[in-house]
Amino acid sequence: IASLVMYLFAEFDDAANLLAANPDATTISIDEPVEIPKNQHSRLPEPGREEDDELLGTDDSDKTELLAGQKKSAPFWTFEYYQTFFDVDTYQVLDRIKGSVFPVPGKNFVRLYIRSNPDLYGPFWICATLVFTIAVSGNLSNFFIHLGKPTYHYVPEFRKVSIAATTIYAYAWLVPLALWGFLMWRNSKVMNIVSYSFLEIVCVYGYSLFIYIPTAILWIIPQKVVRWVLVMFSLCLSGSVLVMTFWPAVRDDNRRIALATVGTIVLLHALLAVGCLAYFFDAPELDFPAPIIPAHNGTTVITKVS
Amino acid sequence: FAGLADVSISEDIPVEGEITVPVGSRSPDEDYSTLDEPVRDTIMRDLKAVGKKFVHVMYPKKSSALLRDWDLWGPLVLCVSLALMLQGGSADSKDDGGPQFAEVFVIIWFGAVVITLNSKLLGGTISFFQSLCVLGYCVLPLTVAMLVCRLVLLAGSGTVSFVIRLIVVIAMFGWSTLASTAFLADSQPPNRKALVVYPIFLFYFVISWMILTFTPQ
Repeated sequence: IASLVMYLFAEFDDAANLLAANPDATTISIDEPVEIPKNQHSRLPEPGREEDDELLGTDDSDKTELLAGQKKSAPFWTFEYYQTFFDVDTYQVLDRIKGSVFPVPGKNFVRLYIRSNPDLYGPFWICATLVFTIAVSGNLSNFFIHLGKPTYHYVPEFRKVSIAATTIYAYAWLVPLALWGFLMWRNSKVMNIVSYSFLEIVCVYGYSLFIYIPTAILWIIPQKVVRWVLVMFSLCLSGSVLVMTFWPAVRDDNRRIALATVGTIVLLHALLAVGCLAYFFDAPELDFPAPIIPAHNGTTVITKVS
Repeated sequence: FAGLADVSISEDIPVEGEITVPVGSRSPDEDYSTLDEPVRDTIMRDLKAVGKKFVHVMYPKKSSALLRDWDLWGPLVLCVSLALMLQGGSADSKDDGGPQFAEVFVIIWFGAVVITLNSKLLGGTISFFQSLCVLGYCVLPLTVAMLVCRLVLLAGSGTVSFVIRLIVVIAMFGWSTLASTAFLADSQPPNRKALVVYPIFLFYFVISWMILTFTPQ
């Protein structure tokens, strides 16, 4: 009870400080009273949950969650509200990118790097870079594969940029939306320790797409084996970041549902990679050139159909 | 008015001042009279402003003329001419051709708006239209590159012409990025400069890619 009272006082203190700093801000406090009892439940010590602290970060993660609910206190129709989503420095963005490429076993990406400061800069510009990287690399790879063939005329294939953009932005925004809705629905049925806000999920997904940028550049190499090895490698890296992020959120649930959720996350991630590889990059030909057999009257040419 | 006869200004409070309008300030009159000037003067004034900004882009020094008197005529002219020159690359109306006029237009303007929003959201102090103005004017080197590429393609489209085009496009891409960075980077918070410069780099890279891959039918 005492700790509950302490938490309430801490929250009122922070709210008062925020209001003093910004007197005409409207604080949105609809869901905060609901959050406090849930966090209180999780504060009861349970044996055998030591790895939770590692995955949850430090002990003041609850406090940072409370603060996060109050940080975005500007009304949503002002410019300042959206500025809170871009409150990152260069080194923070670079750290988050590094964390998405080198997953540390046992550490949660959200708790370790995002720490209640989700940004939209990373997801948006990583997706934009990925769109153009895939389109340009696909174009280059097709050019090198078909180079030298007499019937080949180079086309820039600009339509594929819009297709790539639609696919990647839909993946980066709709899948987190669906996942967030699903996790909220399960949270109402089963008490979970860890819950993520929608922006944190978007952040994780956006940064986890970063590994596909160098992968797409390396896909220019026209060897099937190389391409599939790259797919597996990047899928393992970014998939493991996603799994380590979302496993604590579904672990308390029904075993089958938890496994199905994590499996779906990895499957969709793999589908994106394989789909991009199949659609934007033509299959590499075999190494020997197509045999041309001139007929006796010199008008028929038989080429190998690939 | 009988009561007012008693009102008088006390003699030990000096009342002095000037009632006449000073002769030196004639600018309010000049602003009003631009309505009566010949049309050629009006157009030449705007053309000179645009031309001065082109010179500033080609020789980027840290001058604030580009920022202070922003206008969007230059970017419009550059964007339209670039889109027109990129036009002839898909004459056989196949789906896989180069970008259409509307696509180039949308990419340039929408890209510039997104970059401006990005720099403002990151805490930049530059105004919306000033940033659009700078980004639009710095497309000038790439428009020159497009012109050179079309001329080189008239001469032939082999490997040599490709190498020439590649070198020209890379040089102009570097020039554009450096010019716009020189103008825009100062208005950003110091620990976020790279976050603002990277989208500009991406923007000009996409335009350079469209220029480099232009193949006439």
